[in-house]
Amino acid sequence: MEGRAVLDRLTPVEQRAPGRWQIATVVSIKRETPRVKSFRLELPMWMPHLPGQHYDVRLTAPDGYRAQRSYSVASSPLDEGEVELTIDRLDDGEVSPYFHDVVVEGDRVEVRGPFASYFVWRGEAPVLLVGGGSGVVPLMAILRHRRRTMPDLPMRLVYSVRSAEDVIYADELGDEALLTFTREAPAGWNGHTGRVDSSLIAQADIGSGIAFTCGSNGFVETASRLLLEAGFEPDRVRTERFGPTG
Amino acid sequence: MAGFISRGFKGRRRTPDELAERLPPGQYAEPGFPVLTAGPTPDVDVGKWSLRIDGMVAEPREWTFQEFRQLPFETVPCDIHCVTKWSKLGTSFGGVSLDFLLEQVEPLGAYAMAYSHGGYTTNLAIEDLTDGKAWVVTEHEGEPLPHEHGGPARLLVPHLYFWKSAKWIAGVRVMDHDEPGFWEQNGYHNRGDPWREERYWTD
Repeated sequence: MEGRAVLDRLTPVEQRAPGRWQIATVVSIKRETPRVKSFRLELPMWMPHLPGQHYDVRLTAPDGYRAQRSYSVASSPLDEGEVELTIDRLDDGEVSPYFHDVVVEGDRVEVRGPFASYFVWRGEAPVLLVGGGSGVVPLMAILRHRRRTMPDLPMRLVYSVRSAEDVIYADELGDEALLTFTREAPAGWNGHTGRVDSSLIAQADIGSGIAFTCGSNGFVETASRLLLEAGFEPDRVRTERFGPTG
Repeated sequence: MAGFISRGFKGRRRTPDELAERLPPGQYAEPGFPVLTAGPTPDVDVGKWSLRIDGMVAEPREWTFQEFRQLPFETVPCDIHCVTKWSKLGTSFGGVSLDFLLEQVEPLGAYAMAYSHGGYTTNLAIEDLTDGKAWVVTEHEGEPLPHEHGGPARLLVPHLYFWKSAKWIAGVRVMDHDEPGFWEQNGYHNRGDPWREERYWTD
């Protein structure tokens, strides 16, 4: 693609979310790990999102009781008409167990979005992504979009997981991903183990461009400190911390 | 979408009725106190911390932490509501009322920008900062405000979504016009009243 065409596809013209609730249809469900599933939704009022943005989901019970949560989009905005939400099942949650235990293909769910324009990638480079657990979800939207628009743009993903069975998007992670296993590494693993540290950030060897880090608050605190120490400017370290969701 | 029912959803009501009416639409009660911050947590040294009230005022003022601790201190029981959907009911903070702080400088504008160590900003109408609605707090539930929650001091504006309650506050600039702050430029509502569910630009 020519440069101009790439930019046109990368940056949606309208950042403002439509903001209206709409009824999406679940067109496919993929089990990623024992406690994580991806849900592909078809939207009647779809608009392209910026990689990193989220949707709100609202559940309504027959008596009118409602619960809302936010979920990051995992798909590239080039998937016209659809978004993929990857949802971690929180046992004491209210919305994620519903998605995991009740929702089947063909079900309809109420959503609105895409929202927020801080934790978003607009084509800056080089990019270092640092994800912990399901914090990889918005980073995957960035990675997938880069693969489809500018595959040569320097981008690496540092991804911290507990064990091999917890790796989300395992079949899609290529050379640009550096994994570390914090609890149990798979047999024969000779890569990094334990928490993300300065040696792993150095191994990513991306220079000091822009960094995105997402995960639990503790993970993001550690990762952002390491990124500052590695020479990233504070305003080039974008963070997304999980609140309690569910 | 009136009338839409989520197939098979019953809801796990974790909030007793007497508390449920204190929850704004779309919120749920969270017993903990989650941490949400845009960007790295800034280092803020109590010894270097000060609070400024400046901009369009008759006389700008600045207080060191020691001076600030001598100002009239109030305990503020409140419920807080984060735009990410959690609310914390029945908590309390301790600090100095914005009514008192603004009286010291005599504001000449109707708007304000709260600004923080680390560069965060959020805009508020003076109306939302006065009349017993806003404080600069240094304590949470009787303890010094933890650093990750904005210590040594944060703004507290409990009647608006919690992103308006700027952590690590450095000052309040009075202005004659409204200007969007950090989240307000990034898709979130300009005022953020949880009871009107003013979450995003289009709400």
